[in-house]
Amino acid sequence: MRLTLRIWRQKNAAAPGGMTAYEVDGISPDMSFLEVLDTLNERLTLEGEDPVAFDHDCREGICGACGVVINGDAHGPERTTSCQLHMRSFRDGDTIDVEPWRSAAFPVVRDLVVDRSAFDRIIAAGGYVSVPTGAAPEAHATPVPKPDADRAFEHAECIGCGACVAACPNGSAMLFTSAKVNHLAALPQGGPERETRVLDMVGQMDAEGFGGCTLTGECATACPKGIPLMSITAMNKEWLRANRRAGRTR
Amino acid sequence: MALATRTDRRPPPLRTAWDSTLGKKTVMAVSGLVMLLYLVAHMLGNLKIFFGPDDYNGYAHWLRTLGEPALHYEWALWIIRVGLTVSVVAHGVTAYQLSRRDIKARPVGYAHRKARSSYATRTMRWGGIILALFIVWHLLDLTTLTVNRNAQPGHPYQNVEATFHTWYGDVIYIVAMLALGLHIRHGFWSAAQTLGAGNRRRDRVLKAAATGLAVLLTAGFIAVPVGVMTGTVH
Repeated sequence: MRLTLRIWRQKNAAAPGGMTAYEVDGISPDMSFLEVLDTLNERLTLEGEDPVAFDHDCREGICGACGVVINGDAHGPERTTSCQLHMRSFRDGDTIDVEPWRSAAFPVVRDLVVDRSAFDRIIAAGGYVSVPTGAAPEAHATPVPKPDADRAFEHAECIGCGACVAACPNGSAMLFTSAKVNHLAALPQGGPERETRVLDMVGQMDAEGFGGCTLTGECATACPKGIPLMSITAMNKEWLRANRRAGRTR
Repeated sequence: MALATRTDRRPPPLRTAWDSTLGKKTVMAVSGLVMLLYLVAHMLGNLKIFFGPDDYNGYAHWLRTLGEPALHYEWALWIIRVGLTVSVVAHGVTAYQLSRRDIKARPVGYAHRKARSSYATRTMRWGGIILALFIVWHLLDLTTLTVNRNAQPGHPYQNVEATFHTWYGDVIYIVAMLALGLHIRHGFWSAAQTLGAGNRRRDRVLKAAATGLAVLLTAGFIAVPVGVMTGTVH
């Protein structure tokens, strides 16, 4: 396959960027999208040019490190991560636009790499359970009903890649935050900090400069892990509940 | 072993709620539902026009004597007007603040653009602005009668007829009601999500209710100018 890649190139956060076109030849339909970028980078390196910077780690679709917007879709046309997207999803001779996640809260570091530490700060605000560490507790000490475990796991699938923010027309992090909130709210271990968690995480999400939710549903369409849009509804419910309780205990 | 327990003082919950995007969305949802409730009553009341001038004008008079003798003449009407004004202002202010946040959150757009959300979803902001302008026109037209030529105070049936005998009266009204339908289609369902009332089992019912309400209100409101234009109302 022979493709034209138009890639966002930007030297650093302060420098202006722009789309640059590259012809890439000899692509197999079985290659992953990141392997195409590797192929291009090998050539650029040999030609003495700067390779295209992009984030990647496991290349198995489970770590959440990779992620670029391909032809206007976060992670491209398939519902998976960029590393698990294969070139058979494209046709020979296609022109493909490759851009970084766009959000005020995710500043571009270089080329296709963005700084997603805003997500880490949302987690640090409440996406944890405070437990005494030490030896692993007895597995049956805290029984978890199967439906609750399933519900928690469905939300725990979020890998924090940021595709929801990239896809949302408002650059909102509601789907990410809701996945984390609902994951822990579904489990007994998450119970003691249930109210402070949702209030603090939503507060941090707002403080990072993410937009609000207008329920367009684009986040859930882009999510490689299939976190449902109803996750946001469930977080709204959690947040309202926490506010009612905060009002009562005051 | 001592566990670190959070004991820090938080700002008052109402303050944090108002500052939060979720709090503003809640205000939008509640004010939107208040206006929706009013619109259903308003639309049903309008349909009285098909029963003739006596019924319609009698209904308009009853609205003023509503709640008597506990309330004075027009008090009920003014209570509704105050409630609606508060809702419109709250809805508009939060919409403006949230929209500004949303636009600021994506300072650099994508070179490759794709619109994937529904038409109703994408037109919420412009649709809202059209509806706000329409409310101003509508009040000047049929409440204060400022822009309604041939209008006589105290004769609502004749005034409705007068406004829909002009081509611009019909066009403005019908365009606004179509915008209203689109706004409610996404707005009602969204309000349910914001208030945490949605879930997977209920989603189809909520979406159907949103579409049903949108169609019912648009059709019910548009029936009046169509009635005047076709001569059913004369």
